[in-house]
Amino acid sequence: MLDYVIKRTGQVVVVLFLALTAVFFIIRLSGDPTALFLPPDASREQLEQFRKQLGFDRPLHVQYTEFMTKAVQGDFGTSLRTREDALQMVINRIPATFQLAFTSLGLSLLIAIPIGIQSAYRRNTWFDQAGVAATVLGQALPSFWLGLILIYLFAVQLQWLPTGGGGSLVHLILPALTLAAYSVARFARFTRSTMLDVLRKDYIRTAKASGVPTYKILSVYALKNTLIPIITLVALDLGVLLGGAVIVEVVFSWPGMGRLLMQSLLNRDFPVVMAGVFLIAFIYAVINFVVDLLYAYVNPQIRFK
Amino acid sequence: MNQSTLTEAAVNPRPASLSRKREPAWRTYMRRLVKSPTGLAGFLIIFVVVILGIFGPWLAPYDPNQAEFAKKLLPPLTDGHLLGTDQLGRDIFSRLIHGTSVSLIIGSCTVLFAGLIGTILGVVAGYFRGWADIIIMRIVDVKLSFPFILLVLVINAVIGAGLQNIIISLVFAGWIVYARVVRSEVLALREKEFILSCVATGVPRWEIIVKHIVPNLFTPIIVLSSLQIATYIIAEASISFLGFGVQPPQPAWGNMLSEGKDYIFSAWWLITFPGVAIVMTALGVNLFGDWLRDVLDPELKGH
Amino acid sequence: MGNRSPILEVRQLQTHFRSGHGVVKAVNGVDLTVYAGETVGLVGESGCGKSVTSLSVMGLLPKPAAAIVGGTIHFAGRDITHLPEKQMRKLRGNEMSMIFQEPMTSLNPVFTIGQQMAEPLRQHTSLTKRQIREKMVEMLQSVGIPRAGQIIDEYPHQLSGGMRQRVMISLAMLCQPKLLIADEPTTALDVTIQAQILQLMKEIKQKQQMAMLLITHDLGVVAEMCDRVVVMYGGQVVESAEVRTIFDQPRHPYTQGLLASMPNANERKGELKSIPGSVPRPDEVGQGCTFAPRCSQAMERCRHDRPPLVALPRQSCRCWLYAGEEEVAHAT
Repeated sequence: MLDYVIKRTGQVVVVLFLALTAVFFIIRLSGDPTALFLPPDASREQLEQFRKQLGFDRPLHVQYTEFMTKAVQGDFGTSLRTREDALQMVINRIPATFQLAFTSLGLSLLIAIPIGIQSAYRRNTWFDQAGVAATVLGQALPSFWLGLILIYLFAVQLQWLPTGGGGSLVHLILPALTLAAYSVARFARFTRSTMLDVLRKDYIRTAKASGVPTYKILSVYALKNTLIPIITLVALDLGVLLGGAVIVEVVFSWPGMGRLLMQSLLNRDFPVVMAGVFLIAFIYAVINFVVDLLYAYVNPQIRFK
Repeated sequence: MNQSTLTEAAVNPRPASLSRKREPAWRTYMRRLVKSPTGLAGFLIIFVVVILGIFGPWLAPYDPNQAEFAKKLLPPLTDGHLLGTDQLGRDIFSRLIHGTSVSLIIGSCTVLFAGLIGTILGVVAGYFRGWADIIIMRIVDVKLSFPFILLVLVINAVIGAGLQNIIISLVFAGWIVYARVVRSEVLALREKEFILSCVATGVPRWEIIVKHIVPNLFTPIIVLSSLQIATYIIAEASISFLGFGVQPPQPAWGNMLSEGKDYIFSAWWLITFPGVAIVMTALGVNLFGDWLRDVLDPELKGH
Repeated sequence: MGNRSPILEVRQLQTHFRSGHGVVKAVNGVDLTVYAGETVGLVGESGCGKSVTSLSVMGLLPKPAAAIVGGTIHFAGRDITHLPEKQMRKLRGNEMSMIFQEPMTSLNPVFTIGQQMAEPLRQHTSLTKRQIREKMVEMLQSVGIPRAGQIIDEYPHQLSGGMRQRVMISLAMLCQPKLLIADEPTTALDVTIQAQILQLMKEIKQKQQMAMLLITHDLGVVAEMCDRVVVMYGGQVVESAEVRTIFDQPRHPYTQGLLASMPNANERKGELKSIPGSVPRPDEVGQGCTFAPRCSQAMERCRHDRPPLVALPRQSCRCWLYAGEEEVAHAT
């Protein structure tokens, strides 16, 4: 197991290094990055002046080296609007985004897994059909639209919940639910099909032949076999979750990283954009790493090589 | 091995139609499609969307960009406007139809280019291995470390908005999935006996790739594409909603929702219909894609 | 033959599978008796219904698709044909147990050997954890597994196929069942391991005086292990006799064909004899004798009427060749 950990750590480091490189090159996609840092109506002289000021006139490899050295130390420059340290600004927003993302994840797992299990057990009954229909629908709903609809229903018509903003549990409900919708659909569907696969396996037959009662087969044996692929799916879907969080944060004005990123993009505040994009990649890589380790621990075939 | 092997043998004997003459493949598929309610529903929805997208602009009752301030924010079914008008007095129904064309173009172009690029790179990586494989897979890993929507968003912000650019952004972020899937398929195919025997008899590499490997890739690519289209359409809508992508006044479902959200308190129809359009399209694509997957490769797990 | 009380009595068992294509009569009127302490071999090619018969006995049929629609099953004198699941569970792993063909996939990969083996003991006895562990170690040692104490805490993927099958056997034997059903227990194993496992099973049988229903398609295994043999074809019993009789005087053309197709190691030259044609698909069962299409001695009658199971002096046989010799054992 130890060498697996070491190998994975090495991979993460490489990926992060390449991610930084990607960030460096992304803003140069349209050729000259100077234009990105200035308002669209800047004059030629202003462009030239800024280009020198920001060092964009130097050879590429020089810029690259400087960028990488600074970035590795956490220096992404300062925000063009607020003059604060770009990376710090983004870091400050981490707690809010995590609140949203993990509440959402927890909610969706809590709802989806039991639904999936019951669907598999009651295969082809009305319960199952309804579940399948709901999951198919859930995967077709764009999160921002669902958010708008929920706002309309609960905040405008019923006036039970606020329309946006952050800071309290009440504000968290709608965004978390919106973000969870897509995940619930995917997880429930996957749980169902994995469970169906597992229930057909020979080792379940052995358990039955030993006299194990059905509830125990479902809730202890089959469950553990099902959870392992689900962990893999959660890891795969984390990216979607983080991406979705960006949109949901905007719709609900939730003060997280995503909202900051959007505002920075609209304001052409690219130091913050770069810091934000990299940080998200960093978090994503770390979470994937943790999930991989978790998976290796839970799956005896890897743990005891 | 599964318990079901036993049941399978008992319950699913091969059809007696083996003794009849074979009917043309497309007719078999059509028959199976009609038998499946969800697959059929998906197909019909896609059919309607495509027809609307291609011919709609001629059939739309109003000019989507014609603004009549006097007639702004009319509810549905008033004054000849089926779905009402928006804040500038433009007919929503007509705008919706034009938006369909936009989504259609974006969806199909993205799938085409992302699929092409991804497949080529996937084949190169999977078949030739070595440095090409290492480089391509590292790029894939990096791209994967960013959430898809975020990547598209940032790229689009950098290169500028507009229909063309959103397609470019989507392709830039979207080829990865294709490359990964194609690569793993190629890796598996490489070891298959029929390929090994081609190599052993001296068939040139290019011929192996084009004549033997690529045809076996059609099924996974089609299945993957059916899953991806909905993702691309929703991604485009999201990005346009956030202010990038397709810009107003060009009608697109995403920016219609973006403009409409300010009127959520007073005119619910502005955000309802474009949203329904997106959901229906994605639903249709997913339903049909699921059916396609079942038909082409029942072994794949439902993801 | 020793104790004459039957442990298992199957009479006219009918098990049908329902599917989109219609009804498949996997088991179509099977009679089978296993007496206490004896080993009965259930022989036939794939698709003849032998596995389904055993699953029906154990109550392990795949639920909505398959069901027992006729006949009776008596275990130790008790009618268990339509026994409610709860009570069936009390029997499984306890008084009757079963081992399956694929040791590689029959054990759950994410639980230890010990966790899985403890189940029968946990369900059917009230032993303490320590006692359970002791029993498991004892059992594993008796089936010839070294380092039994360590194995208990290991995972299935850390063991070889032969070891896993031994674990499966221990699992089945833990509660000292009266009847063990073994469905092709050695087919998936290497030849040398096969011999070891068979030897093990013989020893267990002798020690425990346990009845065994051994399902196999391998006549060599039958010769070595069984006291009596039941031959199945097309969902029915076609011949049943003591093992010597089956080998010396097979009556049913199918049995004769099976024996003739066993390659004889002493004859290197000549063709391998085989029975022409192939096993009918379960939904293709026709009017007459199920074997008639492939039978070299088929008569006109065989194609129209199903022969009854006839009781002859040394065996029972379902064939028109012998009908009229003695009284008809069953009219179907």
